[in-house]
Amino acid sequence: MTTADIEVVVTGLGATTPLGGDVTSTWEALLAGRSGVRRIDDDEHEWVTRHDLPVKIASPLAVPPSEVIPRVQLRRLDRCEQVALVAAKEAWAHAGSPEVEPERLAVVIGTGIGGAVTLLDQDDLLEGPGLRKVSPLTVPMLMPNGPAAWVGLELGAKGGVHAPVSACASGAEAMAWAMRLLQAGEVDVVVAGGAEACITGITVAGFVQARTLSQRNDDPERASRPFDTKRDGFVLGEGAGIMVLERAEFAAARGATVHGKLAGYGITSDAYHITGPDPEGTGQARAITKSIEHAGVAAADVTHVNCHATSTVAGDVGETRAVRKALGDHPVLTAPKSALGHLVGAAGAVEGIITLLSISEGIIPATLNLDELDPGVELDVVAGEPRKVDITAAVNDSFGFGGHNVALTFVKA
Amino acid sequence: MADNTEILAGLAEIVEEVAGIDTAEVSADKSFVDDLDIDSLSMVEIAVQAEDKFGVKIPDDQLAELKTVGDAVDYIAKNQ
Repeated sequence: MTTADIEVVVTGLGATTPLGGDVTSTWEALLAGRSGVRRIDDDEHEWVTRHDLPVKIASPLAVPPSEVIPRVQLRRLDRCEQVALVAAKEAWAHAGSPEVEPERLAVVIGTGIGGAVTLLDQDDLLEGPGLRKVSPLTVPMLMPNGPAAWVGLELGAKGGVHAPVSACASGAEAMAWAMRLLQAGEVDVVVAGGAEACITGITVAGFVQARTLSQRNDDPERASRPFDTKRDGFVLGEGAGIMVLERAEFAAARGATVHGKLAGYGITSDAYHITGPDPEGTGQARAITKSIEHAGVAAADVTHVNCHATSTVAGDVGETRAVRKALGDHPVLTAPKSALGHLVGAAGAVEGIITLLSISEGIIPATLNLDELDPGVELDVVAGEPRKVDITAAVNDSFGFGGHNVALTFVKA
Repeated sequence: MADNTEILAGLAEIVEEVAGIDTAEVSADKSFVDDLDIDSLSMVEIAVQAEDKFGVKIPDDQLAELKTVGDAVDYIAKNQ
């Protein structure tokens, strides 16, 4: 495989996360070592107490969409569509609102779950007051292509609107699809990323029953602890991350500021188990290898890996095996879910943005709560303080229920 | 029983809530689609809220005939 002729550059970033309502506030909170995890057994999440759920923590948005989206638009959108719009508007403005033919502009925004909040609310209305009270907007609010479709409408994108659905790899897969579209020459600009907002009773209950969530309720900020020996599961979060990706020549012609390059992607599937990762990390390693080969980057030149590492017992160590297999022992790792929690379909997109910023700023945020490194890790993980590192190439891992593995390779602008 | 002025005022409140259009814009001569830019999904919401507010039934075939705000006010006045 050789590097494709068409280079893909990143010209705009947008996010809304448990750490902040935009990219800058999220990045600053990460570097400051703040956690977005908190107790949620409150009035807004009354179902936690009503069902006596054993998990009483999550990482909700720092800035609710209701603070930034007008009321009438708000009521037409599911929460996952709201966060997608917030992040997309920031990314589009950050890119300088590119002038591009609508037919040469595409949108690729993935989600793991889609409009869960709408599905539950509208079902309550059907079961309670009945059919007349069910919103005519129910279907466009719950459909998983909703976030992509609304962003496409907002920006007038007529070059195709796509919604990869691959659980916790959706956001990263969206970046990969975007790169594919650009390298195929189909479009000049793609608005790509992931959006998720599914902190609901049934999703939390489902994850509880799958024994995947941390129950460290008495110490929320310490609950998400990837690579630590005392990790006991992930923390469910919500948010969105969006990038504006462009054909390099197109960006150069319009004089756009380039923040970095998406140089390669690798997508593989485990065909091993519906939720459990292959303990050997074979499929994950293949994704990383495909990604750097696509990028034309040697394993020795990848100095940093922004890990998927969710803080589950099985997942974290398996991923480090995959990293060692594909890249060797030299990359420096970090696990942003220690601060953000797990943003599911938005995770790969938000963490892709963090990876890109680590390269452009030359600093890797610390993994929080890493008191005692799991002896199975055998790699250098940034902990305690952020670390200044000159990075030319970095890999961002994202894996999802279903055996989805996506690795993205970012390089310096 | 509400008179036409009250029905218009009540309808304007519903349109404002559903579609975000200032109540002052919602006058009898305005077309829901052409002037107020209200789509078919929002019209369903407006109809359901109007039914509850004024105690009328607005069947789908009737709803399709209510082109202007004035049409809706007249219909509600006759059928409440």
